[in-house]
Amino acid sequence: MKNFFGWLGHNFLMFLQELGRMMLLFVQAFLWLFRPPFRVRLFFKQMEFIGVNSLFVVGLTSLFTGMVLALQTYHAFRMFGAETLVGATVALSMTRELGPVITGLMVAGRAGSAICAEIGTMRVTEQIDALTVMAINPVQYLVMPRVLAGFIMLPLLTIISDVLGIFGGYLVGVQILDIHGGMFMNRIYEYVELADVYNGLVKASVFGGILTLVSCYHGFYTSGGAEGVGRATTQAVVMSCVLILVSDYFLTALMF
Amino acid sequence: MEQDRYIIRIEGLTKRFGEFTVLDELDLNLEQDKVNIIIGRSGGGKSVLMKHIIGLLKPDRGRILVRNRDIVPMSEREMAQVRRDFGMLFQEAALFDSLSVEENVAFPLHEHTSKSYKEIMSIVQDQLAGVGLQGMGTKMPAELSGGMRKRVGLARALIMEPKIVLFDEPTSGLDPVVGATINDLILRTKEEFGATCIVISHDISATMKIADNIFMLYQGKIIAQGSPEEIRESSDPVVRQFIKGEARGPIQIN
Ligand SMILES: Nc1ncnc2c1ncn2[C@@H]1O[C@H](COP(=O)(O)OP(=O)(O)OP(=O)(O)O)[C@@H](O)[C@H]1O
Ligand SMILES: [Mg+2]
Repeated sequence: MKNFFGWLGHNFLMFLQELGRMMLLFVQAFLWLFRPPFRVRLFFKQMEFIGVNSLFVVGLTSLFTGMVLALQTYHAFRMFGAETLVGATVALSMTRELGPVITGLMVAGRAGSAICAEIGTMRVTEQIDALTVMAINPVQYLVMPRVLAGFIMLPLLTIISDVLGIFGGYLVGVQILDIHGGMFMNRIYEYVELADVYNGLVKASVFGGILTLVSCYHGFYTSGGAEGVGRATTQAVVMSCVLILVSDYFLTALMF
Repeated sequence: MEQDRYIIRIEGLTKRFGEFTVLDELDLNLEQDKVNIIIGRSGGGKSVLMKHIIGLLKPDRGRILVRNRDIVPMSEREMAQVRRDFGMLFQEAALFDSLSVEENVAFPLHEHTSKSYKEIMSIVQDQLAGVGLQGMGTKMPAELSGGMRKRVGLARALIMEPKIVLFDEPTSGLDPVVGATINDLILRTKEEFGATCIVISHDISATMKIADNIFMLYQGKIIAQGSPEEIRESSDPVVRQFIKGEARGPIQIN
């Protein structure tokens, strides 16, 4: 029993230490935001990689999430004859919660892992040292554009995710389950406020910052060759997902 | 006067990885505008020493003076300034594998000069020709052989005409003819743009030909130094065994 708590405490301290080092990396990257040279080309490349290339997975998963939400809530609401609320429920869930979270998790799996593997490989093959030797700050060259791109692209992806989720709900609710289309939409207008959407987008931004930062961090401090890169990548994805879900709770508690 | 002779002076440099002492109170003075070659056993800490000279690793103890300024306590930003005088060839070349050969070599020019794209490309082509890789510019690093990668790394290290160049085993893995070309290139670097060359090498016969000073690193210390003649005449049994490449002697493989 004592061993267990010892182990728990040790791991918790390690985790805190890691968070601290991550924050240091973040501060460095943040300071480089205001100092030339500005790496516009790298930034656009990362926006494409993190944002544009994730469109398909994010769209597909959001569509099906909206569809299954409609299906599930329909059966519950039918018990007290409130089927028309399905649309509003789907829309609220998507904009406030599922849109940002699904986008965050999918991008963490797709782009976060790739970011970590790329930077980790650069670390173990001394490419980061080579940058340093050429008097180029690796945080500015590698970390800053990625974190900024994540911060900006995640809300944009989330908008797509929201729209497709609601569209999926409409498909199932109206086309398959025969809810009245006009009522379905009306209820959405009635219950969903713009603030729901905005707050969801703020969350998405935070998730974007978290997942890119965590991935860059694990890549940046990789050691131990190819095996090390693999380990770092796994850790990056797991930690991104955990932090996204944990921070989601606190952001929700703060905002709504 | 005496101080200006030495562009880099290292005093009491100690570096440990965990319990394992790699460099142990090492002193080393490297002469300006000369070819300084460091020899020593594989795993003896030569690459680690070189990384200290350019500030990639920080020592546990000791001072590293570049042009009489101690780089150990410097901030990253001050270091970046110092590093502009340096060029370095890594042991494994360390090419950026997302960039083509041309882009790799052009990289420092794009970053630190305001030359036009056309000027840069013509410099890069000349430089690639200098290491025998003309026409390879559009290849990606993954498509090259080990020796070719090394030569691209060399071209990249020299492109800014640095005043101090660090070469980590520039000729290992190259055929003898290309190896000789690279040795010529090192000598030309010294003579044409008056650079100080610091070379790690396992090639004893080439070392004897191109070195002005030779340093032997053994058990974390410089145990012998001098001109090629002095090293060849050395009476130290370790040095004798090493430069003759004999299996028997005081150096034990364990
Ligand atoms: N980052 C590191 N962490 C732990 N140990 C290290 C690290 N870098 C080097 N070492 C150890 O330091 C010693 C010296 O390594 P170094 O790379 O300098 O050898 P070297 O003299 O360049 O050898 P070679 O001629 O084979 O390249 C080795 O025993 C190595 O295990
Ligand atoms: Mg080495």
